[in-house]
Amino acid sequence: MRRKDILALVQEDRVHRDLYLSEELFALEQRHFFANTWNYVGHASQVPAAGDYITVEIAGQPLLMVRQADGGIRVLNNRCAHKGMPLSTDECGSTGKFFRCPYHAWTYKLDGSPLAVPIKNGYEGTRLKECESGQGMGALQNVAVYRDFVFAKINDGGPDFHAYFGDVLGAIDNLADRSPVGRLRVEGGVIRNIIHCNWKMYLENINDTVHPQSAHESATQAANILWQGQPADVAKPMAMEQILPFGAGYDFFDRMGGRVYPNGHSMLGVNFSIHSGYAQVPEYEAALRAAHGEERASEILQRSPQNSVCFPSLSVKGSPQAIRVIRPLAADRTLIEAWSFRAEGAPELLFERAMTYNRLVFSPMSVVAHDDVHLFESIQQGLRAGRNEWVSLHRDFQPSELEGGTREVNGTNELLMRNQFRAWARFMTADMAMEEGA
Amino acid sequence: MTAQEFIAHEAHLLDAQRYDEWLALFAEDGRYWVPLQGAAQTEGALHNSLADEDRLLLSLRIERLKNPRAHSQHPASRCQHLLQAPVQVQADEGNAWRTPFLYIESRGERQVLLAGSYTHRLARVGGDWRIRLKRVDLLDAGKPLPAIQLFP
Repeated sequence: MRRKDILALVQEDRVHRDLYLSEELFALEQRHFFANTWNYVGHASQVPAAGDYITVEIAGQPLLMVRQADGGIRVLNNRCAHKGMPLSTDECGSTGKFFRCPYHAWTYKLDGSPLAVPIKNGYEGTRLKECESGQGMGALQNVAVYRDFVFAKINDGGPDFHAYFGDVLGAIDNLADRSPVGRLRVEGGVIRNIIHCNWKMYLENINDTVHPQSAHESATQAANILWQGQPADVAKPMAMEQILPFGAGYDFFDRMGGRVYPNGHSMLGVNFSIHSGYAQVPEYEAALRAAHGEERASEILQRSPQNSVCFPSLSVKGSPQAIRVIRPLAADRTLIEAWSFRAEGAPELLFERAMTYNRLVFSPMSVVAHDDVHLFESIQQGLRAGRNEWVSLHRDFQPSELEGGTREVNGTNELLMRNQFRAWARFMTADMAMEEGA
Repeated sequence: MTAQEFIAHEAHLLDAQRYDEWLALFAEDGRYWVPLQGAAQTEGALHNSLADEDRLLLSLRIERLKNPRAHSQHPASRCQHLLQAPVQVQADEGNAWRTPFLYIESRGERQVLLAGSYTHRLARVGGDWRIRLKRVDLLDAGKPLPAIQLFP
């Protein structure tokens, strides 16, 4: 598939079904799209001490995120330079002062540079040192740590970290600043789902406010039946506080407002969201005002966007303090991770809110998610039907939006999705022109 | 009914989709708990779970399953519990039983197979048993999992 064929799949108000179905496109996405965008790797709190690492895969490549002796963080290829053995097959751990390959005991420093090989004299007079195999594990050149959130870009070229994300980084600030000391820790474990759908379908849904009323009807009706008739002064259990707002109507979601940023990023619920009604915690809010000042504290507390998408792999919820990470596995298979954060210096209640929300809404046993997952997995099949090869994104389309830039719109506007697909087409084809000699 | 018979009966009610009768087996403060770390998770630790539900949330699940707009139940899920004989284990609060199991949840063309072990903490109420805690330790609790819609 060539550049012009791919560009033809993303029109101004609709996208072609091949974007979700084609294994060929998925393979091209790994080499071009994911390698050309800044993807979330992990949180620095996962690797507190020198030698701590996590293993992770981005753009189909096995990587290690490693805490260095100097306190920095590097992202290395998880591959021995000799024969390709990963230096770790565990999810996380500590390697101590160096990495050692289990196969032939080649060793590497924490930055991935070569340390030693056995039977060293056997390599004298050979080309090993000049070959890739003599250069060590190799570290990614484009790694950025923003308020302890670690991102990496596999390919060289393209926008640098700040140019790529721009103002959507405010969503990470909003989350981190919920700690009076500005520091977050990943805690409570990660919830992992395998969903048999294309990753873009999941990402689109994060920006979709028209589905809850119909898709989540079963869960919200059940919650309403159980909660109706309760006296107004009875405190809502946290679970009810979190589930009931999913039943809000179209008008609520429309008024919550959305914003798109260049490069596919977006924020939903810029005015308010289903998270805005959580019970207040006066002592905490006083602590936040003391730490950040009146104005900044109000700004943090009053803004609880529904979702902020750091395109293409990270979705942030400031309140509850949670993120979702989208890790594509195949054209029709996606791994979704839901992580909870403890904001240092904030009350336990906020951390419990993060964990409870993730458990109620993103667990494989979630009552809310069952209908979402069913819909995604069914759409993956339904798109094969004939007579219509396109997916509609027409809602609230306006030609002026093609100018790009940051733009505020109503909360049910499909611009948030169109914006993602325009960015997809751009980063997918960014380095194809060169390859094709166009 | 012995405790062993009660545990087999409980699983049978789920397999037969008799959810209201199943819920009635729980004590008022009964809890259904599927920890995210499986058997390694300590009770009371601040760690997340795949499910951690009191009677209110279990009622919500059951109420939802009855709703014709429970889209994920078209087609409906079915399940089969395969239990090993329950063995009584030490517990501060009396009756506790450990039961290794296989659980199969079937829907459309897909099956989910889960292995694990239950811990039932039971109370005697009159002549009957009530569940104070049903703890479900899945072998692969922390692994990426597909949707689990019924009750392992």
